Amino acid sequence: MRIGLRLDWELARRGYRRYAAYPGATAAGLFTNVFFGLLTAYILLAVYDERVEVGGYDVKDALAYAWLAQALMTIVASFGPSWSELALRVRSGDISTDLRRPVDLQRSLASQDVGRAVYQAVFRAAPQFVFGALVFDVTIPADVGRWLLFAVSVCLALAVSFAVRFLVNLGAFWLLDYRGTMILALVVSHMLSGLIIPLTFFPGALAEIVRTLPFAAMLQAPIDLYVGEPLGGSAALVLGLQAAWAIVLVLAGRAVLRAGTRKLVIQGG
Amino acid sequence: MGEARSLLRIYVLLVGARARAQLEYRASAVLQLVGTTLIAMLDLAAILILFDNVPRLGDWSVAEVALLYGIASISFGFADLLVGHLDLFPEMIRDGTFDGILTRPLPSLFQVVASDFSLRRVGKALQGVAVLIVALTQLDIDWTLGRVLALPLAVVCGVVIYAGVWIALATIAFWIVDAIEFVNAFTYGGNFLSQYPLTIFGRWLRGLVIFVIPLGFVAYFPALYVLDRPDELGLPEALRYVSPLVAVAVALVAHLVWTNAVRHYRSAGG
Repeated sequence: MRIGLRLDWELARRGYRRYAAYPGATAAGLFTNVFFGLLTAYILLAVYDERVEVGGYDVKDALAYAWLAQALMTIVASFGPSWSELALRVRSGDISTDLRRPVDLQRSLASQDVGRAVYQAVFRAAPQFVFGALVFDVTIPADVGRWLLFAVSVCLALAVSFAVRFLVNLGAFWLLDYRGTMILALVVSHMLSGLIIPLTFFPGALAEIVRTLPFAAMLQAPIDLYVGEPLGGSAALVLGLQAAWAIVLVLAGRAVLRAGTRKLVIQGG
Repeated sequence: MGEARSLLRIYVLLVGARARAQLEYRASAVLQLVGTTLIAMLDLAAILILFDNVPRLGDWSVAEVALLYGIASISFGFADLLVGHLDLFPEMIRDGTFDGILTRPLPSLFQVVASDFSLRRVGKALQGVAVLIVALTQLDIDWTLGRVLALPLAVVCGVVIYAGVWIALATIAFWIVDAIEFVNAFTYGGNFLSQYPLTIFGRWLRGLVIFVIPLGFVAYFPALYVLDRPDELGLPEALRYVSPLVAVAVALVAHLVWTNAVRHYRSAGG
């Protein structure tokens, strides 16, 4: 148990350092996030020229959304260099080396992803959100409880996002050209996670439905908790949904990895 | 002139070979084309959802915004097809491919541009064409010869402006190899911005994309002309006619920046 935790810690540190090694890339990424944040913020301001409230979000909530979505994107990495690494290893056969190591593949990748997320949170998400909050009049929750709920929700969002990325990458075991599924997963997760537009802006019942899906758990859920507009008015429901998706998808990832490994062994001899 | 023609011939040969190679894997090519089209359409979905909530955005109707979207998407799609692989340009510097390029008797920029061609990127332009057609059927435009010609001209200028900005900014890789994501702000971000009326963006941001990195001339000003709309920004009316001049200027600046950057380039080898 203690050896396992020690290993997780070491892997997380390496995941962190891997990103810390490229400060130029961090600065450039930060600039681009801020630019997109600005564009989104101005577009939403134009919406609120016509309306006072949309789907429970007032103008300050919407501006908080604009900056949080850009910030959380870097943390949950629905899109980024780490996105297709595992699929490439499956494709090249390097995965066989990974599987021979006396560590759990999913767990060691998850540890590295946590290290990556911590780096991105500190050096990309936080400075960018602070910029947004200084330039625009965004919602800043006054009570500590809401910040806590938000923090827990971000951790769960990372877990769900990791589990989804793991699953999608494993598709490479069965598909010769994995890029098709990757692109499809990208399209769906961008649209349904709330990255492109707040899910609360979706028409009527559709908004309620998409907010229960695992994609919403990756991005929209923490933002909803931050602005105090959780699905069904219940923070417990949102966190419960996120946790349930995390567990289901992590277990599904393990099952799929087992199935993929069996296939790999058959092909190997 | 003779040199330009031979370069064009080489470009067509190289690109044709690449396109044929990609078409060999028909299913994969189709799947990627569909994927790229879908990704491009995410921005359209966002616009439609916004207009589900409000009748007008910055006093522009959904059909008017769709016109901006169409012009911007087609231009960006073709620019991406021509120079989108500049996103991988830092790799060429890192692994020394660019040093090899410098030893060959063809212009370096030409070789970099001709080094790749991804057919799937046509998808971005195609969905833009579809949106533009739908927008035109919904809009009540007072068609004159000038307005008919303005649309294809706007696209050509748009391609040149996007590609020029892409090339000029990609030269940052000569100095900072890992900072290429910075360029995304003005390429992908520039495309995102051009899909909306410039009026909604903050004052300094508008100034930036009109006077410094002239992305505003891709869709906004040509659209003002086609729609015969007054400019709510109160800028001179002449601006809606000058996209071709802007495109020429951007091309010249991009060329200048590139040649200058190459002259100062020292490879990792020293």
